[in-house]
Amino acid sequence: MAAKTKSKATAEYSDAPINQSLTDEDKIEMLRKMVRIRRFEQTSLKHYQGDKIGGFLHLYIGQESVAVGSISLLGDNDHVITAYRDHGHALSVGMNMNECMAELFGKATGCSKGKGGSMHYFAPDKNYWGGHGIVGGQTPLGAGLAFALKYKGLKGCCLCYLGDGAINQGAFHEALNLAALWDLPVIYIIENNGYSMGTSQARSSAHPEEGLAARAKGYNMAWNKIEGVSLYEIRAGVSEAVERAHNESKPTIIEIMTYRHKGHSVADANAEKYRTKEEIQRYIEEHDPINFWKKTLLEEGVITEDDYKKINREAGDEANAAAEFAEKSPFPDESEIFDDIYWEVDNNTEAGRTGRHFFHK
Amino acid sequence: MPREITYREALREGLDEELAHDENVVIIGEEVAEYNGAYKVTEGLWKKWGDKRIIDAPISEAGFIGMGIGASMLGVRPVMELMFYSFAYVAFDQMMNNAATCRYMSGGLTNCPIVVRGPANGGTNVGATHSHTPENIFANMPGLKVVSPSDPYDVKGLIKSAIRDNDPVYFMESTVLYGMSGEVPSNDELDDGELIIPLGKAKVKKEGTDITLIAHGRAVVTSLLAAEILAEKYDINAEVLDLRSIRPLDENAIMESVRKTHRAIYIEENKPFCGVGAQISSMIMEQAFDDLDAPVLRITSADAPAFYSPPIEKLQLPTAEEIVERALTIC
Ligand SMILES: Cc1ncc(C[n+]2csc(CCOP(=O)(O)OP(=O)(O)O)c2C)c(N)n1
Ligand SMILES: [Mg+2]
Repeated sequence: MAAKTKSKATAEYSDAPINQSLTDEDKIEMLRKMVRIRRFEQTSLKHYQGDKIGGFLHLYIGQESVAVGSISLLGDNDHVITAYRDHGHALSVGMNMNECMAELFGKATGCSKGKGGSMHYFAPDKNYWGGHGIVGGQTPLGAGLAFALKYKGLKGCCLCYLGDGAINQGAFHEALNLAALWDLPVIYIIENNGYSMGTSQARSSAHPEEGLAARAKGYNMAWNKIEGVSLYEIRAGVSEAVERAHNESKPTIIEIMTYRHKGHSVADANAEKYRTKEEIQRYIEEHDPINFWKKTLLEEGVITEDDYKKINREAGDEANAAAEFAEKSPFPDESEIFDDIYWEVDNNTEAGRTGRHFFHK
Repeated sequence: MPREITYREALREGLDEELAHDENVVIIGEEVAEYNGAYKVTEGLWKKWGDKRIIDAPISEAGFIGMGIGASMLGVRPVMELMFYSFAYVAFDQMMNNAATCRYMSGGLTNCPIVVRGPANGGTNVGATHSHTPENIFANMPGLKVVSPSDPYDVKGLIKSAIRDNDPVYFMESTVLYGMSGEVPSNDELDDGELIIPLGKAKVKKEGTDITLIAHGRAVVTSLLAAEILAEKYDINAEVLDLRSIRPLDENAIMESVRKTHRAIYIEENKPFCGVGAQISSMIMEQAFDDLDAPVLRITSADAPAFYSPPIEKLQLPTAEEIVERALTIC
């Protein structure tokens, strides 16, 4: 399960055409994105502990390379959908920290007006379709976004993220069959962080020796397994699938090996019981995607230590400013409770005005 | 000093006693064993009973609940935990079609002694997907039983009955109630040596003469609070009737109380449309019309998905103040 960080492998992937075409600015931008996600998450953790945020908070710390690397490959007709550990994907598609933080604070200025919370971010204007709280629930939707692209004759794809535990939901398997049977341009990215809550992958999934994505063989679907610590490797692997989706309208399952540094959610009291402190420490020290990319860029002479410090400082400032924005924003108005339930009612159409829609009191 | 334990502990005690009582009882669910339960209901049970009796399942609700239904046909008595009752929707076909109708379609040749339990409540800011209250939906289906205990005493007695029952029982708890303490006698204080509460028996939680507040689940706690305010501030003596079991339903207890008080409000954290209160108020109207001095009212959660924002979600749920206010309109 360990993400091996061989420099030879890195060299190999950095030579991939998709990575050769990266400018220094692109590389720095990806570093900045990962650092911004981390600072955002750390800041949200602080405010969750300070009781500013309710419900659940599932942090993405340690997995930043997956969202940043894969989403860096997308164009105008490519779409993203994910599960409840969704802040990293949101910032990767370009949602801003203010709207994301305000959502956590339950404020009217949040991306979902305070209605969805941490698990349910949305930004259709950025091709980002949520943020889904039910494990596996997003996987048929991912196939559906791909279906819509194909139906409309658009050359695009949908990246649909799910966890290593989510692969055991029945809906996922039905979606896989549809995707393969109907040649839908969907790419399922299994973010294998080794655990579904307190259950290790070994205790939750039966699968071929080659790994979780190899279940694709049963559907005659392409698959791949990628070490997630390196952006080069992620970009090289995912870009093949994007090409397959764009050019052949075929689905792929990709398993990306990664690790969450924190507990399942901040409420996970057992985070250091079902895995050893040593294991967590080892991943933090040896397989942190931000440190890994920073080191790569230092070695390539793309950045200096000072550049990194500046990026880090700016991201921290941005996250603090977002928290301040969230704090100062108003809570939603009570009248909002009955908005955004029916399109027809919201838009005051004839259909929305005909018959009684709500039954409170 | 009577013994006080929490709702969570009482539930665990009931499970533990049934594991001892019948070797066919097996607990299956996500994180129920090694993790000790997402809400710690099953804490210590895996250690005590081992891998055969307490089983961690992958995130495959349709699969493992369907499996439990099948196993129950052959005499296993599975007690399945849903981490949230909201996740029942992933297993809906198994729970509605298979569990509820196999007996009927086999002309009585089969039965499904399965319990599916877990928290079914809103009010904890976890968003719409995790805040469903499906008691009315499942109670709508003949063949199923639905239980919703509101305090530690009841949750222990009812889980034991649910496990011994030979039909599917959907047992809906509340994460907000898990930490609530209350009196639960230990077995040696009981004449029968154990606490068993039959399904289908409501309980008067507070006697009164002026109005009946009928409720299930956490709404009972809210109703008791409202009854206190009504007594203190308005000199109105409200009776609080806890259904405990929604199907089977203690119709007599409802009618008896209404015939005494002549007024009723049904309070629930369910949604209004075809909620449990809709069924109850229609029954009161049919059976006790001449005893009523006012229309039966219903207080429910707001007719909207659960709002994440903590101060707004609070406004979606029934409050004691709302009950008082509406009670005053008919008293
Ligand atoms: C249908 C359903 N069952 C259970 C849950 C509770 N739950 C939320 S996340 C989770 C673990 C998922 O693990 P994984 O898919 O590996 O994703 P990760 O959390 O590691 O990102 C569980 C059991 C849920 N949200 N939905
Ligand atoms: Mg996982």
